[in-house]
Amino acid sequence: MFGVLLLGGIICIIAQILIDKTKITPARILVLFVTLGAVLGGLGVYDYIIDFAGAGATVPILGFGANLAKGAIKGVNESGLLGAFTGGIKAAARWNFCCCVLWLHCFFGCKT
Amino acid sequence: MEKIETNEQYQQYVNQKSPNSPIFKNCFNAFWVGGLICSIGQLISDFCKFRGCDTETSGAIVAIILIGISAFLTSLNLFNRIGKFAGAGSLVPITGFANSIVSPAIEYKSEGYVMGVGAKMFTVAGPVLVYGISASILVGILYLIFNTQSITLV
Repeated sequence: MFGVLLLGGIICIIAQILIDKTKITPARILVLFVTLGAVLGGLGVYDYIIDFAGAGATVPILGFGANLAKGAIKGVNESGLLGAFTGGIKAAARWNFCCCVLWLHCFFGCKT
Repeated sequence: MEKIETNEQYQQYVNQKSPNSPIFKNCFNAFWVGGLICSIGQLISDFCKFRGCDTETSGAIVAIILIGISAFLTSLNLFNRIGKFAGAGSLVPITGFANSIVSPAIEYKSEGYVMGVGAKMFTVAGPVLVYGISASILVGILYLIFNTQSITLV
């Protein structure tokens, strides 16, 4: 549990320092972190981080990128080159299910 | 006030006028809010594993619950306050991603469902998805070529 708090907090501190000290906008930080997560996931480093910190590694947006990369690798193992293109999106589709919740929420739930 | 002529002078003027953000306080708030959100995720995931879900399913359940909570808080206008207080602490976890989809959707609802909600929903999330999926395709192609995931090759 301590590892979760520590890693989740440290990732947020890095982002906060980037926001305060440089001119990077929050949207760019999200893009940067997703790409970084995909790179770490592709290198296989991220699995070790998840072993150490659990949700502290999967809940930040880095985990989303790592998940995409993992999906792409799984796709390559299953169906070669085509899998490189479909695998990441398949992994994202799981998150799209979450987005469906959001869409329903946006369309019907919220009052302007 | 003296006249501002060059870019450097203007930059100096801006630096003088813009408030110094208290970086240590911001970092501390970001740390504990971010850590707290991740801990909530860990609690949910532990509970799912306790009920017999595998790792992937419990990860999805964690994401759905956290996204649901933050969408709910966004529509109640509470998430803005948390964001103002915690900065990156609420931005970097998946909650910030959800907030970046829901909040423009609410804001632009008056412009109609297609060009308002449908188009503006992805102003922040669109780039994140594009770069994330592009990076994952690259990773897949590199994996196909080198056929290994180890760090030593890269």
